[in-house]
Amino acid sequence: MATKKGVEVSIGIGDAVKLANADVVAAYPITPQTHIVEHLAELVAEGELDAAFIPVESEHSAMSACLGSAATGARTFTATAGQGLELMHEVLYVASAMRLPIVMAVANRALSAPLSVWGDHSDVMAVRDTGWIQIFTENGQEVIDNVLCAFRVAEDRQVLLPVMIHLDGFHLSHMIETILFPEQSEVDQFLPPNQYPFPLDPSKPVTMGDFSPPVLYTEARWAQEVNLRASKEVVLQVWKEFGAKFGRNYSPVECYKCENRKVLLLTMGSFTETAMTAIDELEKQGRTDVGLVHLRLWRPFPFEELRQAVKDADVLIVLDRALSYGGPGGPVCSEVKSALYNLKKKPKVVSFVGGMGGRDITVAGFETIVNRGIEIAQKGSEQEFEIFGVRE
Amino acid sequence: MEKYGVYIPRLVTKKEPFAPGHRACIGCGEALAVRLVCKALGNNVIIANATGCMEIVSSQVPYTSWNVPWIHTLFENTAAVASGIEAALNVLTRKGVRQASDTKVVAMAGDGGTSDIGLQALSGAMERGHNFLYVCFDNEAYMNTGIQRSSSTPFGAATTTSPVGKVSTGQFTWKKNMPAIAAAHNIPYVATACHSYPFDLMQKVKKAVAVKGPAYLHVLSVCPTGWRCPTELTVRIGRLAVETGIFPLYEIENGSYKLSYNRPQLRPVNDYLKLQGRFRHLSEDMINMIQERVTADYARIKERVAQTQEKKPAVIDKPMEKVS
Amino acid sequence: MANKKPDKKTEAEMTWKDLEVGLIATEPGSARQYKTGAWRSQRPTYEFSKCIKCGLCSIFCPEGCISQNEQGCFEADMYYCKGCGICDKECPTRVITMVEEEE
Repeated sequence: MATKKGVEVSIGIGDAVKLANADVVAAYPITPQTHIVEHLAELVAEGELDAAFIPVESEHSAMSACLGSAATGARTFTATAGQGLELMHEVLYVASAMRLPIVMAVANRALSAPLSVWGDHSDVMAVRDTGWIQIFTENGQEVIDNVLCAFRVAEDRQVLLPVMIHLDGFHLSHMIETILFPEQSEVDQFLPPNQYPFPLDPSKPVTMGDFSPPVLYTEARWAQEVNLRASKEVVLQVWKEFGAKFGRNYSPVECYKCENRKVLLLTMGSFTETAMTAIDELEKQGRTDVGLVHLRLWRPFPFEELRQAVKDADVLIVLDRALSYGGPGGPVCSEVKSALYNLKKKPKVVSFVGGMGGRDITVAGFETIVNRGIEIAQKGSEQEFEIFGVRE
Repeated sequence: MEKYGVYIPRLVTKKEPFAPGHRACIGCGEALAVRLVCKALGNNVIIANATGCMEIVSSQVPYTSWNVPWIHTLFENTAAVASGIEAALNVLTRKGVRQASDTKVVAMAGDGGTSDIGLQALSGAMERGHNFLYVCFDNEAYMNTGIQRSSSTPFGAATTTSPVGKVSTGQFTWKKNMPAIAAAHNIPYVATACHSYPFDLMQKVKKAVAVKGPAYLHVLSVCPTGWRCPTELTVRIGRLAVETGIFPLYEIENGSYKLSYNRPQLRPVNDYLKLQGRFRHLSEDMINMIQERVTADYARIKERVAQTQEKKPAVIDKPMEKVS
Repeated sequence: MANKKPDKKTEAEMTWKDLEVGLIATEPGSARQYKTGAWRSQRPTYEFSKCIKCGLCSIFCPEGCISQNEQGCFEADMYYCKGCGICDKECPTRVITMVEEEE
């Protein structure tokens, strides 16, 4: 029987890692991820989680210790946010290229300067190309469920890639929600023990981390790309199994009142729920032409699912929570545009950037975005993107 | 010191865990040092290696010179990777996933990867008390990238980033005292060694491996390419470094200093300096400066030896029986 | 000492499918097939009558390619010997002399 608990999402993550019976946690504290790490330290200290908790001296070392741990065949977990994610940037590429299964929860936080501990997606967008499987979550239940799925996906013999679970800093990490925690026996059935195929072991010595001259580098990169793309199948399959077992279904791109609606909003993360409320409000006002599409699987990018979801719309308004300076503005929007470019029939895509550094967007704000988005789609705009909520 | 019978080399294992066929320079002292360390380590180890000469010459895809499990990731995180491996081994053994064995985690890095960019990770790992051996192979510059200075480059040495010119006379700072930094972390075992004293080196490796907790070994590795000296003098120059007191061989065991090699009369530093092209620009004044400092530093070591002989209880952070 | 299998692909022939997961090298010591002997410009020559079989040269060889021959004297493997000359300098009984490599 699943246990229903009212917990802060960060604490819930620690509990999920405990259910997953992780072996090693190497983490460094940074707002707003600290509660995740603190609770894990508590669980280990109380003997409730039989794991090594390594209080490393920086995020770079946190991810590095995770490399060593995963390479030895241990189930490895860490968490970070914002600047921490940036500090471990080079190590992220290594983790995915060396095919080490590591699960990391990222409490998405704005990047300095100016210093901001509050939530946005600038840290996520900075690590797009690192080769990790990346999943956005919208509420506490999704976070817990996807942490469990993440271990399963990462350690799958066909995948062997690290996974990031993104949750909005403060807006999700610090929310107290009612979450259903599966029973230990159910999790044990769903999540087999880690059987990393090439652990560092004197009885069967392997060499990891060879350098590659130009003659083989392209082949190495292509092998990694092929495998990252192929991991989508495993993600879908694991989600399907999770749905069958626990009754909660996830998919790469989800639709909220989007069928046959000509104007679509696209969001990721916790804003999705506010957007859903906005869609409902608009409906009440008689606006039945507006729907919502929300992105859950960020990497590998779900090209087919996205195209399928939006191809019949006239307008697609993408809300980014990060800003790519001097470029297309909204990173997700630019990827969406690129995904739709070759379609014969496609919506006009409008880019909005807002909610940065922890700034909230209310239901009314979303209604404004929708209306302005429609206007831009009709009349065009001189700007590449629209910045929402700036006081001018 | 080396009161060895002339046949002791015959007692050393004939196995070459660091396989020939590696691409180190002709006469490479670091390759020699790694080879000797690997002989002393045996098979029951896992090595975490930093980016550097030894990593590059031994691991070009798809080949490897290593006969033990070996992982290279980045330049500055060797001690952190080693921490992760050590923790994982403990947990997996405790959970019964792995069979209990005394597999030792060994971190290997160059001087740049230790005293500069890798210092943070090393300090963290030592402070946390992981059971591992850290070996720094010190060839006194960033050799793999083309002889740039590091904080381990000795005073006056010419490198590409501390070149000799109209307004410069080479490296302008004194070599960073890494063994002292390691000892300041109150770890059970710190030692210096050199490939020119192979049995001392191998003995120290074995001692360090037997320690429960962090151990640090600093190995001087002569680099003919970077030091601008003939390839056949690698071993001889290493010997001179010790005989002149420039690189004293000593151990700090639970806080007690012990000289491994004590000459009543140190050779003049110029015996060592004159054989190397990187020092050929040194003026007599600079050589005297170096001589004074070396003499003073050596005296300080001997003082420490005397002080710690007085059997005062040493402050050593013994690793507690942690859950991990 | 050459272990090169004739049917093994060279690096330039390998496809992305030939690469192991994460580029892991699963054959320990596979670098043994690389002929570093081709590097040398001088080679050791021996007067084995002087050899006392102490083994110091084999300890000090950076390549680790010196081992005992049938007579029990220590001799370098020319497949690997890079001709550094350390053995010449360290031999206590002056068995070894480095001469210019002619090959």
